[in-house]
Amino acid sequence: MIHSLFLINCSGDIFLEKHWKSVVSQSVCDYFFEAQEKAVDVENVPPVISTPHHYLISIYRDKIFFVSVIQTEVPPLFVIEFLHRVADTFQDYFGECSETAIKDNVVIVYELLEEMLDNGFPLATESNILKELIKPPTILRSVVNSITGSSNVGDTLPTGQLSNIPWRRAGVKYTNNEAYFDVIEEIDAIIDKSGSTVFAEIQGVIDSCIKLSGMPDLSLSFMNPRLLDDVSFHPCIRFKRWESERVLSFIPPDGNFRLISYRVSSQNLVAIPVYVKHLISFKENSSSGRFDVTIGPKQNMGKTVEGVVMTVHMPKAVLNMNLTATQGSYTFDPVTKVLTWDVGKITPQKLPNLKGIVNLQSGAPKPEENPSLNIQFKIQQLAISGLKVNRLDMYGEKYKPFKGVKYITKAGKFQVRT
Amino acid sequence: NPKPSIRFQEEERGRSPATIPAVPRTTPSRSNALTATSLSTLTWCRHDDLKEMLDSNKDSLKLEAMKRIVAMIARGKNASDLFPAVVKNVACKNIEVKKLVYVYLVRYAEEQQDLALLSISTFQRGLKDPNQLIRASALRVLSSIRVPIIVPIMMLAIKEAASDMSPYVRKTAAHAIPKLYSLDSDQKDQLIEVIEKLLADKTTLVAGSVVMAFEEVCPERIDLIHKNYRKLCNLLIDVEEWGQVVIINMLTRYARTQFLSPNQNAEAASLAKRKPYVMDPDHRLLLRNTKPLLQSRNAAVVMAVAQLYFHLAPKAEVGVIAKALVRLLRSHSEVQYVVLQNVATMSIKRRGMFEPYLKSFYIRSTDPTQIKILKLEVLTNLANETNISTILREFQTYIRSMDKDFVAATIQAIGRCATNIGKVRDTCLNGLVQLLSNRDELVVAESVVVIKKLLQMQPAQHSEIIKHMAKLTDNIQVPMARASILWLIGEYCEHVPKIAPDVLRKMAKSFTNEEDIVKLQVINLAAKLYLTNSKQSKLLTQYVLNLAKYDQNYDIRDRARFIRQLIVPTEKSGALNKYAKKLFLAQKPAPILESSFKDRDHFQLGSLSHLLNAKAVGYQELPDWPDEAPDPSVRNVEVRGTPRREKRKEKVEKPFYSDSEGESGPTESADSGESHHGGASSRGHHGGVWGRAGMWWEIGSSSSSGTSSSSSEEEDEEEEEEGSGEQSEEKEGEEEEEKRKKRKEKGGLRKCPLCSSRGLPRPLSPMGWAWWPMLSCGPWQLLSPAFGAVRTYELLHRMAGEGLSVEYCFSRRPFPGDPHMVAVQIQISNNTDAEVKSLRVSEPKLLAGMRIQEFPEIESLAPGDTASVVMGIDFCDSTQAANFQLCTHTRHFYVSIQPPVGELMAPVFMSENEFRKEQGKLTGMSEITEKLTLPEKCRSDHAIVQQVTSAANVGRVPCGADNEYRFAAKTVTSGSLVLITLEWREGAAAQLTVNSEKMVIGTMLVKDIIQALAQ
Repeated sequence: MIHSLFLINCSGDIFLEKHWKSVVSQSVCDYFFEAQEKAVDVENVPPVISTPHHYLISIYRDKIFFVSVIQTEVPPLFVIEFLHRVADTFQDYFGECSETAIKDNVVIVYELLEEMLDNGFPLATESNILKELIKPPTILRSVVNSITGSSNVGDTLPTGQLSNIPWRRAGVKYTNNEAYFDVIEEIDAIIDKSGSTVFAEIQGVIDSCIKLSGMPDLSLSFMNPRLLDDVSFHPCIRFKRWESERVLSFIPPDGNFRLISYRVSSQNLVAIPVYVKHLISFKENSSSGRFDVTIGPKQNMGKTVEGVVMTVHMPKAVLNMNLTATQGSYTFDPVTKVLTWDVGKITPQKLPNLKGIVNLQSGAPKPEENPSLNIQFKIQQLAISGLKVNRLDMYGEKYKPFKGVKYITKAGKFQVRT
Repeated sequence: NPKPSIRFQEEERGRSPATIPAVPRTTPSRSNALTATSLSTLTWCRHDDLKEMLDSNKDSLKLEAMKRIVAMIARGKNASDLFPAVVKNVACKNIEVKKLVYVYLVRYAEEQQDLALLSISTFQRGLKDPNQLIRASALRVLSSIRVPIIVPIMMLAIKEAASDMSPYVRKTAAHAIPKLYSLDSDQKDQLIEVIEKLLADKTTLVAGSVVMAFEEVCPERIDLIHKNYRKLCNLLIDVEEWGQVVIINMLTRYARTQFLSPNQNAEAASLAKRKPYVMDPDHRLLLRNTKPLLQSRNAAVVMAVAQLYFHLAPKAEVGVIAKALVRLLRSHSEVQYVVLQNVATMSIKRRGMFEPYLKSFYIRSTDPTQIKILKLEVLTNLANETNISTILREFQTYIRSMDKDFVAATIQAIGRCATNIGKVRDTCLNGLVQLLSNRDELVVAESVVVIKKLLQMQPAQHSEIIKHMAKLTDNIQVPMARASILWLIGEYCEHVPKIAPDVLRKMAKSFTNEEDIVKLQVINLAAKLYLTNSKQSKLLTQYVLNLAKYDQNYDIRDRARFIRQLIVPTEKSGALNKYAKKLFLAQKPAPILESSFKDRDHFQLGSLSHLLNAKAVGYQELPDWPDEAPDPSVRNVEVRGTPRREKRKEKVEKPFYSDSEGESGPTESADSGESHHGGASSRGHHGGVWGRAGMWWEIGSSSSSGTSSSSSEEEDEEEEEEGSGEQSEEKEGEEEEEKRKKRKEKGGLRKCPLCSSRGLPRPLSPMGWAWWPMLSCGPWQLLSPAFGAVRTYELLHRMAGEGLSVEYCFSRRPFPGDPHMVAVQIQISNNTDAEVKSLRVSEPKLLAGMRIQEFPEIESLAPGDTASVVMGIDFCDSTQAANFQLCTHTRHFYVSIQPPVGELMAPVFMSENEFRKEQGKLTGMSEITEKLTLPEKCRSDHAIVQQVTSAANVGRVPCGADNEYRFAAKTVTSGSLVLITLEWREGAAAQLTVNSEKMVIGTMLVKDIIQALAQ
């Protein structure tokens, strides 16, 4: 299926190549470069490119292009999903998925790629299995290895490979047994000029960090499971149990993983925690404009809205901006034309405001469209949908684990049209 | 001196990448090549010391060298000259060195075939290694070496591995099949045999890989799937994600050849006088088993299921996929791109499906352009009379975007909405006309093009617009737009008789500076005007045609010549001249603006071919539904002791795993009352699993009456594959008979359930425990246990036990050898594919005083087999759990058994008087009374007795009063009496009294009994 993989950085250097079948020349990447040039923007490079003898399927992650070479029909999502899994694995192993991290650990990267695909077909992609086969690098281990000559490579088959629960490794032991769940909800919204909501939706995930010994069998129940409209599960979750009882029952993988992601049913009205008052105008025939934005809290359930950041892609004609912020600081990048205003916490007594003059290129026509404002914010200890975890039970093990649930609401793709 | 010559070769090699042809864009690759060349002298020196390191006998040096070599390979540098030095280390003890050598070998073996052969023997040895990982990796590397000479060796190795004990090795064998096939396609027939064999494999691990091999080697051999179809459907949910994708795609194709279309048109059906359509149960099975996978976290799986539903499901059911697809839109932009392409195709065929999610396709200014354009496509497809106004309002926002490509696409989209929905045509047209005064030329140009298409539908009413557009020719520069305006004016010159000649005059002036497409349209306009208004435009036309005659472009010269002949009457001009007007001014049909995604669904959705809208190499056509369904019986599999699962599935939707216990059928219970008297007259009634196990104390009296109820209805779905563990008896009659026969066939083992597995020593003979009751007799005679339903508990779930599932029940039988112990019957099923050896109990962690009598070690348990054993636990009359480890030869499982309080006692026989006497002694603190209401179904003697005896292992005491029930038992460890009295008052009211000096037990027992009665 997947023939070869090339990793390419932003300046167009191929810094890693791996072939699972016979070798494909690097020159195949030239088609990719061609497409990249045509696309102008990295985001617009088509993920699938057809060349005379091969097909190139690529993803762009953390400033690296993962370009895979395909020779025959294969579902494109299969490859895309796999490439993202590769990037995730690098992230997991090296803490970051960057060119330097990959170059520094090139041998481990190679060993990983060797295990993840066999003849181009995925073999082991579960992080728990991979970690048993190839241990992640740590400073301590590299010191120990260099002294004792032991290696990073396991010599027995990871137990997970054979079992029905491939995501969990065997023989896990912790002195402190802990299970943490982060319920993270993101509000996707489009707010129109007049402040009314065009579209709003809550998307949530539950990320877990499970450090439990042995083979615990957990079940997590919610006070109001009906809120969850559409859910996607980690493979560990017993689907039937959810169908019949609305309980998440699972034997968890070891470590960090995403338990579920969900969408809150669209019947529920979405509370929008902030409002934005804006006045952006460009005068006809003069090289300046006004800019005045105020952000205020709204429907925030008594919690503080914090970590507020506003980013605006200003029109190309904008040369510079002279603004004053009553709170936080702003930057304007005259090259990319991006205005970023880091507001911080919103206190209802004194609403943050950013106001001033926009300088336009003289002679250029007035921009037709006002830029839209992208807002980020965070609200701690609140799941905006009202979702609440009821209880967590553990079976199969004797000890008493420490359990914790954290709620957080964030802005997802939150856009205010002006 | 050989050195210089080597260096020369080295340089040659280093330079070779630069000579690779076909390098349209050069910078990066050329620079790479250059560095490679300039470094080659350097690397040569380094290679020398690498060779030295590889030859050393220190593993650490070897490892260091291999790491450096692998780093070179990763960067795409040539390291092939090290081949002899590296290949020597193929048998190195250090596992990491070995693995890196494998990496090297696979990379360069193709180039150095002769040397590569040196390593083969190492792999052949590896294939025989006891460690499955080593066997598997030997096969992996061996099959990855692309050296044609070893094809026979590979073939042999694959065949052998295909019947390996370890499923992991079998999986590797499946992976090796396409490798060998690509190396030598002559092996196809032999490989198909191996595929056929592996397809029959029952493990989830192998399923995905072998189907992948099937798809690559022999996708046309659909007949191989028949027998495995149901198995694949059923295994699907447990297969790893990547395998799921491959299997689902393959099954989609399979279903298209085997089943009838669920969306048959009723008329067509009646015409053909067919029977009314009934969906094949196998078709239904596939749809049902894939549906849960829509919830997968893997986008590829979701897409695979979505396409399956799109291609196979009845119209009414396809809708379920929309939600899942919309969810994927939150994912990475590449995923969005692919999903949107597919949604675009689907939304043409089944618009209703995505309508509720319209707003999810609204566009944000931060979306990449390619995503914006796809979303726009979907929005346009979804537009209908009801939602068009919202969509148009949305479009208005988009038109002001800074992203001009996107604006152009929006204008196109508006045009399409206007053509499709007549109601809004005028609104759209007006909107577009307003755009004509937009400052951005691209926007104007695009609008012109779209307006042209719209006007063609009803030109008469819109001469104003045409006039307006004529004025635009002065300013607008985009060739396509200019050409469109000219065409419009020419086509509708009657509507603008005054303006048209003037436009032609202007265009004649600028003719030489126009783009080719504009020039063609100028000629066109001139011709049309000549025909309609020759008086004003004759000279102009001549002029234009003359200019065109000497144009550089031959298309334009040709066109000019052709048109002149047609329109200008000369002596030579033929018959066509007469028809010139008809030719040029014929009524032209309005263009249909349609989606570029229309009819793309003839490609299987989600495929690469669909995305590219062109057949990719290796694409398997999605066949059309057959007119007549092929014989469905080909999918029948001879039942080998396993009950057909589909049948049962139909009946009851099972929970994910079995935590339910055997329920007692109401008819049965006839008697616990009776069983007090004679131990042998067991009318036992045992839930499925324990049905056989129960026999051991029945000593031959095969009394499992036909109606024994099935607990297995609720058994875990997954466990069904191993069906032998849970024969269900749903029906009487033939089926029942048949099963019983089968059970007998299955082996005499079951006749002696205590040691049902091979090689198990018999721990006890009937004689062994016969003496037991007498020992502990005391003043009361111990009774044989009351038998209600036996509840089974799970000790080790199949998931947690990696295929080993263990259940236990309290058999309520005295434990032979130690009267103070509770007998726990344990049933162990091996659901793995490998033999489980030396199963035993170890390291019990018990509270003080508790004791365990372990069951004798089971030496081995074959795959699919079930053993049941008995162990004794002295719980010290407490409900504290007994913790211990269950060990196999490879693994330890921590398990625990926690007894319900009712199991901590054994029934005793006493008369009513004795009962009263003992009760008199146990009053005050030792008496616990609780009121309760009996539910409807528990208001018969029979039901009450049954519920109580199922909750606790007690014996009934005969009682004079009508509405009083008495039961007696004594705790197993300390022998303390437990007396239970239940008084049934009028209606539903009742009172329960428990007398026991063990107060804790008393209280808990009250609770348990009340709960049992309340059920």
